[in-house]
Amino acid sequence: MNGTSGPAELDALRLSLEVAARSVGFSLPLAVLVAWILTRARFPGRILFDAFVHLPLVLPPVAVGYVLLILFGARGPIGAWLRSHFGIELAFTTAGAALATAVMTFPLMVRAIRLSLENVDRGLEEAARTLGAAAVDRFVSITLPLMLPGILAGAVTAFAAGLGEFGAVITFASNIPGATRTLPLALYTAMQSPSGDALALRLAMLSLALGLLGLLASELLVRRVRRLLGR
Amino acid sequence: MLHVSVLRRRPGFCLEATFAAPTPGIIALFGRSGSGKSTLVNIISGLLAPDAGEVRLDDEVLTDTRAAIAVPVERRRIGYVFQDARLFPHLSVSGNLRYGEKRARAASRIIGFDEVVSLLGLAPLLARRPRELSGGERQRVALGRALLAQPRLLLLDEPLASIDVARREEVLPYLEALRDQLAIPMVYVSHQFDEVLRLATHVVLLEAGRVLAQGAVNEVSLRPELQSVVGPDLVGAVLEGVVVRLDPDSGSAELTVGTGTLQVSLRDVPLGSRVRLQLLARDVILATQPVQGLSVRNALASTVTAISNDDYGAVLVRLDVGGETVLARITQNALRALNLRPGDAVWTLVKAVSTRGHAFRLAAGP
Repeated sequence: MNGTSGPAELDALRLSLEVAARSVGFSLPLAVLVAWILTRARFPGRILFDAFVHLPLVLPPVAVGYVLLILFGARGPIGAWLRSHFGIELAFTTAGAALATAVMTFPLMVRAIRLSLENVDRGLEEAARTLGAAAVDRFVSITLPLMLPGILAGAVTAFAAGLGEFGAVITFASNIPGATRTLPLALYTAMQSPSGDALALRLAMLSLALGLLGLLASELLVRRVRRLLGR
Repeated sequence: MLHVSVLRRRPGFCLEATFAAPTPGIIALFGRSGSGKSTLVNIISGLLAPDAGEVRLDDEVLTDTRAAIAVPVERRRIGYVFQDARLFPHLSVSGNLRYGEKRARAASRIIGFDEVVSLLGLAPLLARRPRELSGGERQRVALGRALLAQPRLLLLDEPLASIDVARREEVLPYLEALRDQLAIPMVYVSHQFDEVLRLATHVVLLEAGRVLAQGAVNEVSLRPELQSVVGPDLVGAVLEGVVVRLDPDSGSAELTVGTGTLQVSLRDVPLGSRVRLQLLARDVILATQPVQGLSVRNALASTVTAISNDDYGAVLVRLDVGGETVLARITQNALRALNLRPGDAVWTLVKAVSTRGHAFRLAAGP
């Protein structure tokens, strides 16, 4: 993903969308699993695990980016392993920007999914059990569909928030045009340039429109799904 | 047979219950709320585990804590109709019905989709969503869903409790139809003696986590323990008889009960059908001599077999009427005035309109 031509703002918009989409793709299955563990599993250290999952909400994003760099950088323990076994490079790439975004938006996503899981009536799962459905079957046929509004809300919120992730992305993935220069990074770059005022304003308006659109879409989607689910 | 012998102790409540009941038929678990009925049903279903004990259905052990056997809920083939129906909101009525059917093994098939739909009158509801159903319709769908999972035992936990009294008729006749037409044994939890009278073949009387009495409905109706559960006003002998004469104009019927006959006010039952009815003890009048000029339709020659004080300051008189036992509740003053003793011959007077009856075909019948 580099060297694509076109106006700077379209480039940044396309990148932002790609990074946010990939980050949601990464984190969604994991977020469902973590939400399930936090809601249903009882084990020692659960509170610590809960705090750990929510850490990105309270840490400076730059610190998150820095930790990612240490772990996933070319010479970091995980980064080196990924590179030698799969040829995957994360630092300073679009995939890396997506990873940083995923880590930052993960708590938001888990929160929404967890809320919906807590609202699933355990009695319905019991009913499914008496009808012959074993654990995985119950989860797929009853729990997951009933969680759908929360999963969608979590995904859309994380996507919208991911479009604007700045600190962790610039620290871990740097500010490379066409590869990691997403909307907020392009806006920041334009503001640094003496002749960039007009571009900065356009990028800011674009971000605003995008955010508004995301929130509206999320609300409409959730309403529609709720109706489908019969609530 | 369904054998249950379990112990479950929790702070503030201890269930220690043992009973054995014949199958098929409807076994009523009867008691006030908090007596342990729901806990017992949940143990039978496997949703709750007893601290100790066993649950056996015919020859199969479902739970045995000593042998460390606990068949998982999903493999028990025990249907469960919950008080609140618990229909899946994201599925249509048809989807709900198919849920258990899809998961049942073909080998254990006892009833098909079309049969359930027609038996429970579900055809007009199939495309609807659970939220578009009335309380009674919901319970019928829940019943159908449980049946289609091809259960060998069906548990019903107060299925009428969340339905208006006036709309219970949307469900009760269907339960009677299931009892009379299918060979699936049922356990029916209730705190309404009316429902027991109408549906059950066997009663287990529960109080504070213990079994006070168990047996056929007419046997249990004579047990003094019943009084502490239903209160003095609903105590009364349950009799079973056959309709031998019908008078549709006056809405009355004549039943043979034991060796005698009884005039009762009863409509909508076919000639020759078996009827179960309850004579409330407080409605039964005793006379030491034949009486004339009374509106009472039944004056039955009978013998006093026992007299006991009840817990409410009155007296319960046990009578033999043509081989059947009837209870009469009278005051201490009346007892003294009549000077009744066991062995005395008396006339038992019963108003035709004071009987509560239901047509009833025993499950083993044709």
